[in-house]
Amino acid sequence: MLMKNKVALVTGGGSGIGRAIALAWAREGAKVVLSDIDVKAGEETAALVKAQGCEALFVTANVAKPGDSENLVARAMAQFGRLDVACNNAGIAGPAALTADYPLDGWAQVIDINLSGVFYGMKYQLGAMLKSGGGSIINIASILGSVGFATAPAYTASKHGVVGLTKAAALEYSAQGIRVNSVGPAFISTAMTSDLRNDPDINTMLVGSHPIGRLGRTEEVAELVLWLSSDKASFITGAYYPVDGGYLAR
Amino acid sequence: MADFHGKVVVITGGAGDIGKAAAKLLAGDGAAVLLVDSNGKALDAAVVEIGNPRVSGCVADVTDVASTQAYIKAAVDRFGGIDVLLSNAGIEGKVTPIFDADPADFDRVIAVNVRGVWLSLKYAIPEMRKRGGGSIVISSSIAGLRGTAGVTPYCTSKHAVIGLMRAAALECAPLNIRVNTVNPSPVETRMMRSLEEGLMPGNPGEVHTMLKAMIPMQRYAEPDDIAKLMRFLASDDSTFITGSVYSADGGLNAG
Repeated sequence: MLMKNKVALVTGGGSGIGRAIALAWAREGAKVVLSDIDVKAGEETAALVKAQGCEALFVTANVAKPGDSENLVARAMAQFGRLDVACNNAGIAGPAALTADYPLDGWAQVIDINLSGVFYGMKYQLGAMLKSGGGSIINIASILGSVGFATAPAYTASKHGVVGLTKAAALEYSAQGIRVNSVGPAFISTAMTSDLRNDPDINTMLVGSHPIGRLGRTEEVAELVLWLSSDKASFITGAYYPVDGGYLAR
Repeated sequence: MADFHGKVVVITGGAGDIGKAAAKLLAGDGAAVLLVDSNGKALDAAVVEIGNPRVSGCVADVTDVASTQAYIKAAVDRFGGIDVLLSNAGIEGKVTPIFDADPADFDRVIAVNVRGVWLSLKYAIPEMRKRGGGSIVISSSIAGLRGTAGVTPYCTSKHAVIGLMRAAALECAPLNIRVNTVNPSPVETRMMRSLEEGLMPGNPGEVHTMLKAMIPMQRYAEPDDIAKLMRFLASDDSTFITGSVYSADGGLNAG
């Protein structure tokens, strides 16, 4: 049981990669805290965690609101008394448009959720982890934290930002026993990519850009997050680990 | 998590500290392990030290084609095939600025660290294909990502294997064979003791202290830290990970 007695928090835990992470942690014995803006989805994940015999706490939170992030961590500390692992996973794709045509409100929303949301999350998680004697933070970036993608300027910028933010925080807290890493999934079969996958031409293009010949599964991202969460990764910090079926090797 | 029962693992540089640590972990998880090294005495000692009946040794020169074919054949003859290759054999070469370096030393380092890795892939991949897939982990280094003064051949070689890894990952993805590198910062090994001595003859402890201070976590990696990452990349927990550079450096490359 890799996560026995550990308290682990994931944002965007109601669906997709976030739910897979919550369930992987539960399989390994964690106490799971999860947030989402979708109450029904979040409660569903919490029920699935409990069905595995683990404690779960769902808190409604919008990661773009600093107060929500502060409250989320406070609720976790009130319930379980410590915080060992946090995964800042909540994110949106945003509109698809060329940079010159990109809607201003769409840009602001993507940056608020995907980048500022990770900063707000870490700002409060780090304090709780210092009180807990150390911990591990995993920020979900993307392959677009390393390369660009046409019509996704906001998403690409936000995810590059997450990779940089991760490195700075890793340098700041390594001496106090907090590791901070980012993970770079390629295109994963989730609701976020369903519009793309449902268009046969786009789907063919996407599959073709993954040398492994398919898109990723949420569980494959969750296994990497689980490993980075665990003490097996005790020397890993400030790293950016792709999980991309060879996408970035091209 | 990782279960390696029924899996066959070949580790080059098997008598080195990282190779031994990986063999211990993987054999402990059920794998049959063939340790490959050019130093027969050190290899025998490593097999004895690990003390697991699933681990055996094979003396080989990784720079030589016939020798490579022989250790691949040994794994197949003894264990029935190959599922995992940790292409880990490497030498550091002499510590000296490029303008004083001996071309023969460059050739030796490239032969072991690049040609040796290339040959190991060339001959292991056909065996993995027969098993329907596999995982290859190449030992690169922080010196594969950044300049490292005083060891130009080593630095060159560790950059080169990242390119090799990426090209091989593309070729092998349709074969269900994954290829990645691990990139450690300094590790508490014999190789680092030698480099420390080379960087400041007579006062290696001073180099150790200086290098440690540069690493955000304020320590070198232990061989086990690297072995644990190798095990993750070798396992079925990383089925979507290929063509990637995985650092294990206590934060060194983040700054």
